[in-house]
Amino acid sequence: MKTKHSVLALILAFALILSLAACGSSTVAPAAAGESAASAGTETAGSDVIYRTLDEIKADGTINIGVFSDKNPFGYVDENGEYQGYDVYFAERIGQDLGVKINYVSTEAANRVEYLETGKVDIILANFTVTPERAEKVDFALPYMNVALGVVSPDSRVITDLSELGDGDEVIVISGTTAETYLIENNPEIKLQKYDTYANAKNAIENGNGVAWANDNTEVIAFALQNPGYTVGIPSLGSQDTIAPAVSKGNTTLLEWINDEIKALGEENFFHQDYEATLVDTYGLDYEESLVVEGGVPSAS
Amino acid sequence: MPDLGFEVLLKGKNFARLMGGVWVALRISLISVVISIPLGILLGIVMTWKNPISRVLTRIYLEIIRIMPQLVLLFLVFFGTTRSFGWDISGELASIIVFSLWGTAEMGDLVRGALISIPIHQYESASALGLSSGQTFLYIIIPQTIRRLIPLSINLITRMIKTTSLVLMIGVVEVLKVAQQIIEANRMASPNAAFGIYLTVFILYFLACWPISLVAKALERRWQ
Repeated sequence: MKTKHSVLALILAFALILSLAACGSSTVAPAAAGESAASAGTETAGSDVIYRTLDEIKADGTINIGVFSDKNPFGYVDENGEYQGYDVYFAERIGQDLGVKINYVSTEAANRVEYLETGKVDIILANFTVTPERAEKVDFALPYMNVALGVVSPDSRVITDLSELGDGDEVIVISGTTAETYLIENNPEIKLQKYDTYANAKNAIENGNGVAWANDNTEVIAFALQNPGYTVGIPSLGSQDTIAPAVSKGNTTLLEWINDEIKALGEENFFHQDYEATLVDTYGLDYEESLVVEGGVPSAS
Repeated sequence: MPDLGFEVLLKGKNFARLMGGVWVALRISLISVVISIPLGILLGIVMTWKNPISRVLTRIYLEIIRIMPQLVLLFLVFFGTTRSFGWDISGELASIIVFSLWGTAEMGDLVRGALISIPIHQYESASALGLSSGQTFLYIIIPQTIRRLIPLSINLITRMIKTTSLVLMIGVVEVLKVAQQIIEANRMASPNAAFGIYLTVFILYFLACWPISLVAKALERRWQ
């Protein structure tokens, strides 16, 4: 009985010492967290320049590139733990031409801007669509890919224009996608069937719940190729957007280097090779010209 | 049996990667637990003091941590410290800091609750027996408090393990992120893999949390 208590006392004494030792550092942290919101605008004289210039990256020998790790075939991790995909193929080339090692950072759609604003990555190469809102916060380089909406429908009744949709026809969309927003804004007369996930939308079109499925054109093209009996009647709907690398706002040395790199790579048709190495399995050769942007110049199509 | 895509787990290093992800999740949560429990005990004792200053300070700390979603805290520590102070802390360190702050606050409140739940006559009887206040704490109050704390802290620990699924938002690749990577990489080849992989992740979380519950049960029985 007595030994039990003394053991307990010992443990508690130890816990106390440990807490006291750690206390100093831990009490600073909540204060710091609270302060960061308040002083973000004021006391940042020293950390105004959050990014690393081209020379600093070269001197360091490692570049941090933010990519998706779960968006096949643009940025994903294969079964051996290696990063792969269209974006990664380009990133590898950037590392090679800069003569630096690459540290891949797994990013999410929701935190890509934040990573650049804090300089925690040097470049974002994560299927980043150029939009005016984003361009206020980060600097986009020249584009290397096109993106638009597409509509896929069964071969029995291929929809090639939205005007072909009749009164009782419903179009399948995934909630929260640009396809949903676009159709609500521009074609409010079309009835939509909304699904939460890709898998549910896929089931819906296969079960014939709707006459067509609107989504990013890369998605519907991939679907039509994987599933015989479906055709992408409208391969490009709405405005053509582009996908481009992005750097922290104001990081001109790195931005200019990337722009020159993209132009130079155009000479050797680099992005077509990239497409053939990474995207052809998913999209086939038919869409190479409409998806790839070579030399930073979006095609006239 | 329906096709759950388990074959995807056997491809390349996939299973080893998943286990690596479990290790990352456990490392973050267990280091945080080791930090938060002693700090939480201390905080809990401080919270029972009658001193108005210590009361206000601990209350503010607890409320801030309790009101803020863990995801916001993670963003604040990971990106916020870089923005304000230029510190470049790794995602894993940021996670450990947030989980420790969170664990300490919740543990502190649990300890406070357990301490004030000890009836006053326990103190009075101890002093009637001639024990000093230190002895009262050591022999009477703390053993009873700990017994009351076990189920509560097990709850907290398992919750901390499971909440590591948020750290993927600051670039830490833990078990859930690895699972998503595996599912996406095989989206075309094995569309059903999502079921099998998520089932596996469920089992892995279970295996991580179950032994902790067992230890707690054993301790409770022993101290009854």
